[in-house]
Amino acid sequence: MTAPLLSIEDLHVSFATRHGVVEAIRGISLSLAAGETLGIVGESGSGKSVTSLAVMRLLDRAGRITKGRITFRGEDITRASRRILQPLRGAAMSMIFQNPRAALNPIRPVGLQIADVLRAHEPLSAQEARARALALLEAVRIREPRARLDAYPHELSGGMCQRVMIAMAIACEPALLIADEPTTGLDVTTQKTVMDLLAETTARRGMAMILITHDLGLAAQYCGRIAVMERGKVVEEAAPRRLFGAPQHPYTQRLVAASPTRDSTVASLVGETETEIPAAPPLPAPAATRGGRLLAVRNLVKRFGGTTAVNDVSFHLESGESLGLVGESGSGKSTLSRLICRLIDQSSGSILFDGAEIGALPARNFHQSLHRRAIQLVFQDHGESLNPRFSAFDSIADPLQRLAGFGRTPALRARVEECADRVGLPRELLHRFPHQLSGGQKARVGIARAIACRPRLLVLDEPTAALDVSVQAVILALLDRLRREEGLSFLFVSHDLNVIRMMCERTIVLQTGQVVEEGPSGRIFAAPQAAYTRELLEAIPHFEPDVAEAVGV
Amino acid sequence: MSATLRHAGYVLRGNPVTLVAGFGASLLIVLAIFGPSLVPHDPVASNVPNALLPPSARYWFGTDQLGRDVFSRVIAATRLDLLIAASAVSLSFAAGATIGAFCGYVGGQLDRWVGRLVDVLMAFPLFVLAMAMVAAFGNQVENIVIATAVINLPFYIRFARAEVNVRRNIGWVEAARASGNSHAQVVLRFLLPNILPAMAVQISLNLGWAILNAAGLSFLGLGVRPPTPEWGILVAEGARFITTGKWWLVTFPGLALMLAVLCFNLLGDGLRDILDPRMRT
Repeated sequence: MTAPLLSIEDLHVSFATRHGVVEAIRGISLSLAAGETLGIVGESGSGKSVTSLAVMRLLDRAGRITKGRITFRGEDITRASRRILQPLRGAAMSMIFQNPRAALNPIRPVGLQIADVLRAHEPLSAQEARARALALLEAVRIREPRARLDAYPHELSGGMCQRVMIAMAIACEPALLIADEPTTGLDVTTQKTVMDLLAETTARRGMAMILITHDLGLAAQYCGRIAVMERGKVVEEAAPRRLFGAPQHPYTQRLVAASPTRDSTVASLVGETETEIPAAPPLPAPAATRGGRLLAVRNLVKRFGGTTAVNDVSFHLESGESLGLVGESGSGKSTLSRLICRLIDQSSGSILFDGAEIGALPARNFHQSLHRRAIQLVFQDHGESLNPRFSAFDSIADPLQRLAGFGRTPALRARVEECADRVGLPRELLHRFPHQLSGGQKARVGIARAIACRPRLLVLDEPTAALDVSVQAVILALLDRLRREEGLSFLFVSHDLNVIRMMCERTIVLQTGQVVEEGPSGRIFAAPQAAYTRELLEAIPHFEPDVAEAVGV
Repeated sequence: MSATLRHAGYVLRGNPVTLVAGFGASLLIVLAIFGPSLVPHDPVASNVPNALLPPSARYWFGTDQLGRDVFSRVIAATRLDLLIAASAVSLSFAAGATIGAFCGYVGGQLDRWVGRLVDVLMAFPLFVLAMAMVAAFGNQVENIVIATAVINLPFYIRFARAEVNVRRNIGWVEAARASGNSHAQVVLRFLLPNILPAMAVQISLNLGWAILNAAGLSFLGLGVRPPTPEWGILVAEGARFITTGKWWLVTFPGLALMLAVLCFNLLGDGLRDILDPRMRT
């Protein structure tokens, strides 16, 4: 066996923070052969991104490699100077970042940006660089590559920006490509095309790739070998089939269990280890709490300027029911959820809530409506949905003071604490500010705020999209339990079909503002009718060994 | 509260410039409150036989043409100068931040009209505008305050507008609406407190500028009238004697003015770090 392309031996990285030195990487060893694809999976804070930055030697000033060795092509680059690193970066190893839009220079045409990379490493004339940039855009299969050369990043979609990033990364034919969450934030169908492109490009050019992701399915589908990281350590390393078929380490087992699959249920995600939420008393099935139609949306239309975000949408929701709303970005699902929450006014159409036409009252005045407290919203980005200057207590108390007539009394405190208990948020965290809470805790505060006024309809806008899978599992279980205990109806918006299937009895598929399919969740997943639904389902990466085999990976 | 103090302590330890500026600003405030009762001589009582004495152990900063102690006058002037600056800045902050925040939140026609109005106001040479206002309304302290406030207004409106505009569609604004807050409540209870840290920098910089402005008006004879001790007047009066070598008449009030402006300017950045809760961990 020849020497590996990249080898990391007993790497330690620590960051100097105001609370002293924090060890982000605590002794990891990895190696990668030329042309191999290695997946690094783990949750936020596991150190997977820091590993890649350490390899590229792009750690910020607070971060320091304290111990260990990084060898690239037999050369020790652990303490290499800028002079040695500069020609390596971009030419021998390159990186693709998570947010392609943020990684591109917004005021420079993408063609020139690709040319910049080429000219940094090779003596090329402007024309030659432009011709090479065009060839690269063709290689990443952008539509109309010639026209895109002069386009600015804002004129391109997220998927196209990521293709441009890939073109830049492969421009100088590097031996190693590091892709750090390359498809996070992209739609599932775009994700598939971008990942297929990456896999094909690296295979054709014999490049090695490190794919860093939180998505087990993605890693399983595209990597030959996967390393699982937890708190700065590699806890398990194996081929995908072995890793997901028979995970050895308890953390891998938990991670695999928590990832939604084709046939997982809310209960199976959290497993038996879940003790955080006190067991609920046996409850009647949701069907028993049903009592007529809660929400009826008829011919709803919303236009923004010249574009129609929601185009003639009609559906209904029974009391106690959970309805899933699936669609990709631009499908109008977020607009629709805001229309139903009466945060924005519709262009035309009606919204009947509990028999009353709430669409007639302008959104501006809806805070005075008696129905305001009955319709509440849980947001996607829990960090962004909490006022940074409000403590958790203030955030949960706000709707109670506005809508339920609570003063600054002991009764308010009692109710806020009760809500915190309901969502499993420890009471001693109530005085904390959002930035002092973890993602899961922030999610709990957001949910507590939404249920504080005992609503009847909860609109959940991608409530778990920004969470780690293990946290997602716990939050889904919490939502499912709350729904039964509080007699809530859900309008559950998500791009994740597996989550929708577990959480919702009925599903609506939206595409460009229109309903393309509607029906019981089980039926939609087993036998999708619309071509778009089938495309969505096929794009989901799977890591179950049997399924992976079936699709030929 | 104790968390805020601990955090302030942390910021100041890591940032000695802010600490010095903060110390200077506190000293100015103490002098403004207690100065007139601490000074060694009566700042307005003339004592002609002792006129134009150079600095000495008895008269630290020397005496002026009427034999008044310059040290006492410089200290006594602190109260008036700070009062004018603080009132002017509070006025323009309160009005400007509110107007700007509503414009940034509502957008549309209101935003466009207020924006143009602010542009018109900024097209005037601001100091000349302040002079004209004081000349027209009479040079009482209130008018100096109002004039200084008006010429600062456009900066607050623009600043608040921009800061609110980037936050108008953020999750917690929508959450506040869903929690039953009206648009006005969203602006006043949610958005304004959130732009406060960024505005603190502006306020601090502005305080220095407002002191200069008030002193400038007085220097030109459009502000406070003699014999009231005020830094601008002290410099204006002293300027007549500088050709005859009586340097202490302008130097000390000028230094006081400069140090006051410098303190508030340096304080700005430190204040932002202290007031922003996200900086706390």
